[in-house]
Amino acid sequence: MPKSIDKAFLALPLEQLAEVALSEIREAGASYGDFRLERLKGQDINVRDLNIERVSNSDAVGYAVRVVHGGSWGFAASYDLAPAAVRATVRQAVAVAKTLSALNIEPVEMAAEPVHTGTYVSSYEKNPFEVADKDKTGFMLEVNRVVLDGGADHVEFGVQQALENKFFASTEGTKTTQQRVRVQGNFEAVKIDSATGAFETMRSLGAPVGRGWEYMESGYDYMKAAHELPGLLAGKMKSESVKPGRYDVVLDPTNMFLTIHESIGHATEFDRVLGYEANYAGTSFATLDKLNKLQYGSKIMHVTADRTAEHGLATIGWDDEGVESQRWDLINGGILRGYQLNRQMALKLGLKRSNGCAFADSPGHVPIQRMANVSLQPARENVSTEDLISRVERGIYIVGDKSWSIDMQRYNFQFTGQQLYEIKNGRVVGQLKDVAYQGVTTEFWNSMEAVGGSSTYRLGGAFNCGKGQPGQVAPVSHGCPSALFRNINILNTVQEGAK
Amino acid sequence: MKPVELVEKILGFSKADDCIVIVEEARSVNVRFANNTTTTNGATHDLTLIILAIKDKRVGMVHRSYVNPDGLEALVREAEANCEFQQPAEDYFELVSGNSVAPDWDKSAITTDVSVFAGPAGELAEAFQQMQADDQRLFGYAEHNASTLWLANSRGLRRRHDQQRGQIEITAKTADFGSSAWAGQATRDFADVDVSGMVAGLRERLEWSKTRLDLPAGKYDTLLSPSAVADLTVYAYWTSAARDAAEGRTVYSKAGGATRIGERLAPENITLYSDPQEPGLNVPDFEITSSSSSYASLFDNGVELHKTNWIEQGVLKHLITPRYWAAKTGGEAAPFIDNLVMASGDNRSLAELIKGMKRGLLVTCLWYIREVDPQRLLLTGLTRDGIFLVEDGQVKGAVNNFRFNMSPVEMLGQIREAGATVPTLAREFGDYFTFTKMPPLVIKDFNMSSVSQAT
Repeated sequence: MPKSIDKAFLALPLEQLAEVALSEIREAGASYGDFRLERLKGQDINVRDLNIERVSNSDAVGYAVRVVHGGSWGFAASYDLAPAAVRATVRQAVAVAKTLSALNIEPVEMAAEPVHTGTYVSSYEKNPFEVADKDKTGFMLEVNRVVLDGGADHVEFGVQQALENKFFASTEGTKTTQQRVRVQGNFEAVKIDSATGAFETMRSLGAPVGRGWEYMESGYDYMKAAHELPGLLAGKMKSESVKPGRYDVVLDPTNMFLTIHESIGHATEFDRVLGYEANYAGTSFATLDKLNKLQYGSKIMHVTADRTAEHGLATIGWDDEGVESQRWDLINGGILRGYQLNRQMALKLGLKRSNGCAFADSPGHVPIQRMANVSLQPARENVSTEDLISRVERGIYIVGDKSWSIDMQRYNFQFTGQQLYEIKNGRVVGQLKDVAYQGVTTEFWNSMEAVGGSSTYRLGGAFNCGKGQPGQVAPVSHGCPSALFRNINILNTVQEGAK
Repeated sequence: MKPVELVEKILGFSKADDCIVIVEEARSVNVRFANNTTTTNGATHDLTLIILAIKDKRVGMVHRSYVNPDGLEALVREAEANCEFQQPAEDYFELVSGNSVAPDWDKSAITTDVSVFAGPAGELAEAFQQMQADDQRLFGYAEHNASTLWLANSRGLRRRHDQQRGQIEITAKTADFGSSAWAGQATRDFADVDVSGMVAGLRERLEWSKTRLDLPAGKYDTLLSPSAVADLTVYAYWTSAARDAAEGRTVYSKAGGATRIGERLAPENITLYSDPQEPGLNVPDFEITSSSSSYASLFDNGVELHKTNWIEQGVLKHLITPRYWAAKTGGEAAPFIDNLVMASGDNRSLAELIKGMKRGLLVTCLWYIREVDPQRLLLTGLTRDGIFLVEDGQVKGAVNNFRFNMSPVEMLGQIREAGATVPTLAREFGDYFTFTKMPPLVIKDFNMSSVSQAT
């Protein structure tokens, strides 16, 4: 049943303050302005070795004013909801635009967008903030107990939940009210060999999702994982350290979502192509001259971007510039076909309309181009993970994400995993440890021989993708099937660290 | 309502055994630029209120950014209600008490506004024109924060801390993005920022980059800039919780439940310390934390912070230790402090270390540093925006970037040379950990695991 916007948010003077702000913006002579009032409610719970270490509750309300004055942006934000403070914040935004206009040589221009009015509520069943804390911590303590009883030496279970409300009004006439809910939770077990001091860790495989507490209850089976994981961890401790070299690799979606995020999601952000992130997150190898030409990956590679997928963490009704959410191709037939944009960037790309990727993580931050849900589409045929493994003579099946790193143009990456299985002659024969895979983005994706069918497709993601200065975090999902890659460079992480 | 009035009202409403109140009022301004023009900017004004109610050693918390004065009592009751389903905290400790009020307790919060950028903005505008004319581009960011934090509890503690914190970073690139150089600086008020000098240094490195050299992956003697040393050392500091080490789950663990305290990690001339009074790096001299973890205990709010040697003359001396863990293990409390200094006892500059180098790499800064293996604290990451080959004391040209795999703790044992300790900004972690002083270091056999095509 569709949910409605939180009453506490609607009780705030949204319309009244928007009217105050937009009037002041017009009076100040700005050619464009918007007012965004947000409430971000969060809870962070950590249960460690049967102790409730932390239950942190936060509830932040604030608003932002963004103006274009004299061709320059000006942005200001405050927590003070008094109308006089709103007017002062508008004046401050104008003052910022004027003061820094000497540094601006490109007058701000934005792609047009139809006027929108309406409300949007994300798809969830159980508002996590309506679930009693004792039920949450009771569940987490029970998972702790099962993991420790199973033989782990330590366990830590962290759960984060968020309720995000955004009210947006612009001088163009758009007025939207939105609500999103998201949860994420995973536990990590530690096993220690007290004689040698060696230790290993293994984490559960729950995905951050745009769903409510029902995901913690039934979306991922934490209790089943709690029973299984100590045994898997003990097996990993005893397993062979991988011999470095070239292997065929089957990536489980619980691992590959992050490879997609880093090597495709960020590489197709147009602000990076333009150099806006050159001082921080970096640029991109997928430059404009390569659009519609670059063989990004093998011909079976079809990658979409969307802000519409149910339960996607980047899914929303309208972005933070009032642009309606959409779905489009980034890569089709292995060829680079598109980018992620905001309204200014759409014009720079020669498009008439933005694809709606502006997002600010809080009222104190300016909207910047952030990632849509970027997903690798599954095969039409019913290909299972076992089918992919059966094609491998000597390889590794990698499950779950762990360490990740990629360079500032999104070429060279290195990832590890939670569970690492040796494949011999088409079958999993046991676990391995100390495995990392290194690659170069286009070589890697061109080595993708097959993808699984929709039965292997799973939504993974992150709550906290970092970008921008001042730093912002964005929630984003990535759907993908299992996939088979040939001849991948595998490192042994112990040997990598050897003196 | 003034922040100090908020504090006293909240404490007045409290019916719990104890109550801790943290209020912070902050103003911040920022400007970002790319391709010799601005992209985004902002001015923000924030208020944060945290109430920690303690009943029967159980903690209930509320955290708000917007405070309706009429709703204060309800907030206190909410915090107290949140205690109900908690366990008694395992890190419970007697709160710090106080019987005096900080002399500037009820003064208004310190402030900042966009005028703080007036000087740098003028220099930047000139630099934009110069770079544009020379077919080069500048990218970067400047930020200034001014905040006042009030910490109080029901045992009479009344502490206040004013913090100014700023940073400026500039990246210079050739128009084709083929060569790149970065400079960054932490600052309190931008009075000490010399934009023209920073840009001149960047242009010198772009000049060095006109000679391009391709080198393969491998182990190289590597001269790390103070910024690169800061990023690696900050990570080693962040993972140095005594509890985690004693539980056998970090690089500082020893078999059988012991830690590596007392073990030599670095040459004798290296001391790593934090000091809230460190000149130019002043940070709060009392503990402030809203939640507990192995690194901090909320019951330690208000604990006095003093200079702490983490590594003393090369030997591991302390790990981060809240009071409860110290009491449990019979050790000494050593709270986290928000700055970090590596003293080398040397006074040679980076340029002098270059002159003394036979053959090796000069690394300006590092990026995307992530943990690969906690057992040895193996980190991976990339060189970025300036890596050069040095031969016979001279920079020969720019080298391709590398992905590295190195442990910052093991790296300390591979130090061959150290220069003078200077203020620096960690390229990657400077956003979260701004105040550091580090020397440039020559590391033997730094593991450059693979080549990165990134420029």
